[in-house]
This record gives sequence, structure tokens and C-alpha cells, in this order.
Amino acid sequence: MNSTHPAPKTLPDAHGHFGDFGGMFVPETLMFALRELSDEYDRAKADPAFQAELDHLLKQYVGRPTPLYFAERWTEKLGGAKIYLKREDLLHTGAHKINNALGQILLAKRLGKTRIIAETGAGQHGVATATVCARFGFECVIYMGAEDMRRQALNVARMRFLGAEVRAVTAGQATLKEAVNEAMRDWVTNVRSTHYILGSALGSHPFPMIVRDFHRVIGVEARKQILESEERLPDLLLACVGGGSNAIGLFHPFLGDKSVKMTGVEAGGEGITDGKHAARFQGGKLGVLQGTKTWLLADADGQIQLTHSVSAGLDYAAVGPEHAYYQSVGRVDYTYATDAEALDAFQELARTEGIIPALETSHALAYAKKVAPKMGKDQIIIVNLSGRGDKDVAEATRHIFGEEVKF
Amino acid sequence: MPSRIDQTFAALRQSGRKAFVAYIAAGDPSMEETLANVLTLADCGADVIELGVPFSDPLADGIVNQMASQRALEAGATMAGVMRLIRSIREKSDVPLVLFTYLNPVYAYGFEKFHADASAAGADGVLLLDLPPDEALLNKELLGGGSLQRICLIAPTTPAERIHKLAAAAQGFIYYISREGVTGAQTTLATNIGSQVTAIKASGTAAPVCVGFGISTPEQAREVAQSADGVVVGSAIVKVIQNHGGKPSAQQELAAFVKPLVDAVKSV
Repeated sequence: MNSTHPAPKTLPDAHGHFGDFGGMFVPETLMFALRELSDEYDRAKADPAFQAELDHLLKQYVGRPTPLYFAERWTEKLGGAKIYLKREDLLHTGAHKINNALGQILLAKRLGKTRIIAETGAGQHGVATATVCARFGFECVIYMGAEDMRRQALNVARMRFLGAEVRAVTAGQATLKEAVNEAMRDWVTNVRSTHYILGSALGSHPFPMIVRDFHRVIGVEARKQILESEERLPDLLLACVGGGSNAIGLFHPFLGDKSVKMTGVEAGGEGITDGKHAARFQGGKLGVLQGTKTWLLADADGQIQLTHSVSAGLDYAAVGPEHAYYQSVGRVDYTYATDAEALDAFQELARTEGIIPALETSHALAYAKKVAPKMGKDQIIIVNLSGRGDKDVAEATRHIFGEEVKF
Repeated sequence: MPSRIDQTFAALRQSGRKAFVAYIAAGDPSMEETLANVLTLADCGADVIELGVPFSDPLADGIVNQMASQRALEAGATMAGVMRLIRSIREKSDVPLVLFTYLNPVYAYGFEKFHADASAAGADGVLLLDLPPDEALLNKELLGGGSLQRICLIAPTTPAERIHKLAAAAQGFIYYISREGVTGAQTTLATNIGSQVTAIKASGTAAPVCVGFGISTPEQAREVAQSADGVVVGSAIVKVIQNHGGKPSAQQELAAFVKPLVDAVKSV
């Protein structure tokens, strides 16, 4: 048993590379802003006052630490490994996204920026960003695909109540990738006044590192909590992977613990055929998209392919570069769950534990359902319950009950 | 043998004239029409043609170029098709050609193979919007550049020391982005273009400095040509193709729009 906290890995390197992945593949106009952000982040990290303010707000405003909850009834039902849920769904705004949004707004303040932009898929990052902008008095513009605005209408309303302007993006398939393109275009245009709060462990360096670091708190807490309750480390960590921010947040503090296996669960959509899924490690290839070199879904000519997932937050063509690295070295396994499997797990958790999870999270739960029965009763799984499902009620009603509901 | 780009700028320098650089998207509305468009642009006096290789996610481009990219892809544009286009252009014209695109289509085609094939087909330069020179040096598979000249970008946000570094390594010409933003016509020009061009020249670079992004009228082109070695016009020309592409009058309309721009640049 390894009870000491492992030292954080030294990745990325000074150029933002995780092995062969990551980097800064951006138009020249943004190079300065990214270096400025990188330098300011280094100063903030070394500044105890920054960390103290972040810790205070995480506790008093966001609601950390979150419980590591033993899902007793679900464990009994599955009949195998003990399942613990890291309750990020209980955070203010309803998902892990606020950890990063809060950290980055404090950086934006230090940078002297006055305006914030962000992209959002499921709307959770948009809501988190709108929330911290309201809290700190920043102008806020959120780019969101028109299709995502339809299926996550509740979150669109929340962002508006919080004072953000939500700009619909209608290009392409009108989901997360197009929202990122528009946010990048805005940033290139307004780079002097504006900070881009990127919402996943994606994009150009230093974003994958910064976003990961602000979410590491998930894994740091979970590690401490499981050692307290079980006096041992878990056998398996599970998290859904869109860009991969909640997964990297949970996994990272356990990377040095050789006995702990980790699996990231991508969106299998309607199955692994072109255009019907978002499982980059299944049908993808190495490429460069939106600032980073990583695994992505593209055709033979390098054109980015359509993706599909029932969950807007996983419906994206590229995976975070750090995940691509851990996959390449075999440290983390990646699998997928289909729409149907996710919807099934969504209902099962609601009915056995009284917790309605986000559809994104439901992909990780779906894999837990598969793997837990094959494991021994003395084994332990921690699933990152990255978000709550309130936002998905309309979409899930449509899929599960075949009824249209409006909010 | 000196490159077509270098020869063109040397001749312009000798005659004391400025360059007109035109951008269009390859395959918009079809490869056949792009061939005709390139020949028309060269006939109108364009000194260099930038051929946009369409990409599904052109994040540095404004709406006009995004739509052109989309039209080209919908019409079936591929990298292999672009290579064939370059060969057909070379059968009829020696106008310098710069391929203007994003990294992923090049990456998928094979970075070295792209440079070798494009060069063999007759292209002269390449400008990859999302490949800063820093990254090109850091990734072993992005080193093989073949004989294509790598055109570098300098932005208004590029710090002085970085300007020095980029300018020192420049090949062909330096593309100065006139303002923060994406490609696309603007009603007013950035005010500090002249001083920025002077700053780049002060780095001691021998490479000509061409200025682009947002230039759409003969008046703007003339103004920019006062300080720059060349003027790039893109979206405004693409817009003409958007409006007239596929019609019998397409070449006539294109020439009618471009000729005054060329004249303005050549009047300086």
C-alpha cells in the first residue's frame, strides 16, 4: 500500500508536450496571449495568496470537499466490487466544471483582462463560467452549438439568468467543436481584453495543464477519503472522457500508484461506425485540431468527421492530449459506452441510489455496470460522478419515455 | 535555382514596384473554375497566388473563407485534387503559388509527402496557419520541408524579440497580419501598419513583408502598399467568387474586381 501522496508528474514539458502529444498549434496572433497566460499561471502557482483565495472559494462558494460516497445498494445489485462515487455532482452549478472556471477567473483577474469568453457543449462549463463571471463582475460571452442549445435548454436559461450572453453557433453540426472554433475566432479578435476560459483539458498549451491542475483536487480528495474509509487504495478508477477534464482530475493524483488501474470511457454513440460515435481511441487517428496534437476523428483527407453522442459534453472529435499520452504508454485504458448503455445506467443509478447523474457521467457508470460484477467483492472502484442530470431531464425523457417535454 | 517567389520579389524590387498577392480557395466552386480563376488573376497582374486548401475547421478564418472552404469540400475537393490543380496551373502559368492551409489536412496526407508532391507539382511555398515555427522544430515528423518555402506569419501581438527570431528565419516573404482577428473584409484599416512594417524591417530581414487580413478596396490596398512590399487580398476576392462562381460571367467579374486592386498597388 502506498499511503504517501505521489509527486505530480513532470508533464507536460516546457513546450506543453505530453510525449508526442499536445503543444501549441495556434495562429501566431494567439502565441503571445498563451505565453502570457503560461507565465502568469507559473507566478500564481508560486503565490500562496492565490492558492489561499482559491481554497477559500472552493470551500465556501463551491462546496468542497465533495463526499466519496459508498453506493451500497448499487454495489449489492451488481454483486461484485465495492463502488464509491466521487460526488462532483453536489458542487455549486452541478458539475466538476466549476473547479476550473473558478481557478481561471482568478487568473484572468491577475492578467488584468475585463472580458471572458468560453465554449460549452453540455452547458455545464458555460454555466460554471457564467457563474464565476457574475461572482467577479466580468463581461461574459458563451459560444454554444445550436443543436446543444436545443438539447441543453435548461443550461442556456441558467447562463442567461447569470448575466452571460449565449451566442448560438450554427456552422457544421452545431455542437462543441464548432463552438470552440467560434470562441477561438473571438479570442484572436479580442485577445488584448479577453481571457478564454477553455473548459476541458484540451486545446493549446497551457490549457491542458491548467485545466488538469484545477481539477486535480478531485483525485487528491478521493485518494485521501478512500484511505480513510477503506485504509487502502482503490483497484480501479472510472471516468467519462469527452475532452477529459473530470477524468484527468481524478486520475492524475493516482498515477504514481502502480496498483491502481484507470479506465476512461468515451462516447460510443450508436456504435463504432463513422459519424455515429465520439470514441477517438476506437476509430480515430493522430492529428492536430484546435491547438493540440492528439487522437481525433478525421477522414482520410484530414477533414474532421461528424460525431454523435446522446450527451452533448462527450460529443467532440478530439481527446485531451494528456489522455492520448497515457493511452500510448499503457497507463490508462480507454473504452466506450453506447447511448443505450448510458441511458440504462442513468436510470439504474437513479432507481437504486436516488441520484440522477448527467448523461456524460452515465457513460462511466455504464462501464462500472459491466466491470464491477467481474471483480471480487473485496475490490474497490471509484467512479467520478462528474455531474448531475437535471440538465438532461428533457433529453432523457425523449429517449426513455418517448415524450417531448419543454422547460 | 532561385524560387519563383524570390525571383518575383527580386524583379519587383528592381523595378521599384509592390506585389499584389491574391488568395482564393482551391475547389470553390470547382477545381476547373479555380484553374480559370488563377489564370485570370495572373493575367490581371497578381504577382503571387495563395491557394487555400480547404479544411473543415478553419478557425483563423472569417465567415467568407469558411463558406468557401465548405463549398469546396462539398464539391469534392481533396488534397489529391489540389495537387492535380497545381499541375494544370503549371501547364499554363509560372505565377508563384503558395498553399495556404491548416496542419491537419497536411498531417493526414503525410507531412513530407505533401511537401514533396506539392513541390513536384509546381507549388512554391506553404503557409500553415496553425503551425508556428516553434512547433515545427519540436516535432520530428514536421521537419521534412522539402523545397517548398515556409511562409511565416507575424501578428500585431508578436513581441519584438520574437519578430527578430521569426524574421531571421523567414523564407519567401513575411506575411504580416494587419490586425488581431480572423480573415475578412473590414471597413477601416488598422492604424499602425506602417510602423509595424518598419519594425519588422528593422530586424534586418531580407525577406519582403506582405500585409494582409481585412484589405478589400483599392484605397486600402494603395495605403498599405505605401509601407509594405506587398498587399494580400483574400476574402474580398472570395466574395466575388461566391457571388459569381459557376456563372458564364465569373471570369469577367473576377477581373473587373481585381484589376483596380492591382492598379492601386502598382500605382505606389
